[in-house]
Amino acid sequence: MIPWLPPALTDLLIEAAWQTLLMTFGGAVIAIIAGLPLALLLHTTGPGGLLPNGWINRPIGLLVNAIRSTPFIILMVAIVPFTRLVAGTSIGTTAALVPLALAATAFIVRLFENALREVDRGVIEAARAMGATRTQIMARVLVPEALPGLIAAITVTLVGLVGYSAMAGAIGGGGLGDLGIRFGYQRFMPEVMATVVAILILFVQGLQSLGDWLVRRFSRR
Amino acid sequence: MPDAPGQPPAISLHALVREFRGRGTPMRALDGVSLDVAPGEVFGIVGRSGAGKSTLLRCVNLLERPDSGTVTVLGQEMTRLDEAALRQARRGIGMVFQHFNLLSARTVAGNIAFPLEIAGVPRAEREARVAELLPLVGLEARRDYYPAQLSGGQKQRVGIARALASRPRILLCDEATSALDPETTEEILSLIRSIRDRLDLTVLLITHEMAVVKAICDRVAVMEAGMVIEQGRVFDVFTRPAHPTTRRFVSEVIGHVVPPGTVARLPDPNPGEERRLLQVLFAGPSSTRAVVSEASRRFGLDLNIVSGRIDAIGSEPYGLMALAAYGPPNAIEEASAWMRSLGLDVSDIGEDPA
Repeated sequence: MIPWLPPALTDLLIEAAWQTLLMTFGGAVIAIIAGLPLALLLHTTGPGGLLPNGWINRPIGLLVNAIRSTPFIILMVAIVPFTRLVAGTSIGTTAALVPLALAATAFIVRLFENALREVDRGVIEAARAMGATRTQIMARVLVPEALPGLIAAITVTLVGLVGYSAMAGAIGGGGLGDLGIRFGYQRFMPEVMATVVAILILFVQGLQSLGDWLVRRFSRR
Repeated sequence: MPDAPGQPPAISLHALVREFRGRGTPMRALDGVSLDVAPGEVFGIVGRSGAGKSTLLRCVNLLERPDSGTVTVLGQEMTRLDEAALRQARRGIGMVFQHFNLLSARTVAGNIAFPLEIAGVPRAEREARVAELLPLVGLEARRDYYPAQLSGGQKQRVGIARALASRPRILLCDEATSALDPETTEEILSLIRSIRDRLDLTVLLITHEMAVVKAICDRVAVMEAGMVIEQGRVFDVFTRPAHPTTRRFVSEVIGHVVPPGTVARLPDPNPGEERRLLQVLFAGPSSTRAVVSEASRRFGLDLNIVSGRIDAIGSEPYGLMALAAYGPPNAIEEASAWMRSLGLDVSDIGEDPA
């Protein structure tokens, strides 16, 4: 299929690409699902928010910062017991999803929070003046108004996850990065490395273009 | 106060105090403000930025909660309501903002329907209401436009339609025209006026422009440093401002009664005589009637017209004239008394044009 690679490697490449896709999108989906409520909670309880509360805001903020400041390769190893608890194993693509999702969540929470903070305070005030509940303000004002920013945050997170997933090879997560290391680097096969890098570049470019297009599509400013 | 007897005020603010504690000394944005707004009137609150007028307006629907004092709207004491009841009460109070505060992700129709959506009004009813409101604000053709595609005036029309969507009986305007050019301001003001006339609406607006007050308000309160320093019918406040700050505000719109520098150019009085500056205000039908020449003849005075203007506030015409009177002190007094007996409002304004 790929003329400059032996057929067996092509199969490996396809499997690795699939693993990368799984880790990237799987991690992102979990991060979005966990990150949006957390970001809304942080935004709401933050200073000047709809319901300021330092006792909720500060611990969550600290936890998010702690996860973000731990290098991913360390985080993966450090949370192995937790990974085993959640995934039942600490090795393989599924196991790699646990630290990936965790790191991506901490990452996306701050980006989401920034996007929510960009929403004009006056618009929120207008909704309050109309008698909107906090939930209505979140669901019908904050999220729709921040949508372009939220999409941009998801794009950045996806691109980041592509990079992180390459490190997941360290715990047997597989993926393109792992393939590149094992064949391209350790077995001196530059053609494998080049192919891996080319695929990753195309993948990231595709993600970015799609994200940008969606941002434009939903931007009404 | 001109409210009909027995009719309770639409908005009643009593002894409102609001303090902001930032770094350093606490700032009293409201320092014991009491105000009554009669049903159906357009009430203006005017003041410089930082005078507390914005805080005051936001206290009406409790976007800002006063530290003490009571807010009563349409007989309901807002300051006592729990959150759910307050939300319900807010739906009966429309609000228009200086920066429009429209949802950028929604079309004109979507923005107008928004408060109805919040209130749980069914879709068909929402659409019917939007269809009613669009022509009211002249935006039928812009139904599916997004706010970013509209001009400032059009955005404010959307803001007004949105504020009216849930058929409120109170409309709060927070510097509704301050971000607009003069022509658009005029447009929006006449829209607000026509809405007030057509709907059963009480309007409370804040502005830093006295011209806005002159154009549409029935009554006005002037605020400074968190206090109301003067209030009354717009006509009275414009023609007889009592507080120096009010006088400065009024002069922005109708100019100085005595243009600065005039006094220095006036001739000095003859020995034994006096020079006094009189302000003569004639409102309504009494008009001029050659008052000046007659007073001059009767009392043996030299009357020099320093300035004069005829104008109207609302539908009430008035004339304002400044005279430099030369003559014996008692003759000037007598002339003033005579003019007052003709229904003119005469006051000695001294020689310092405040």
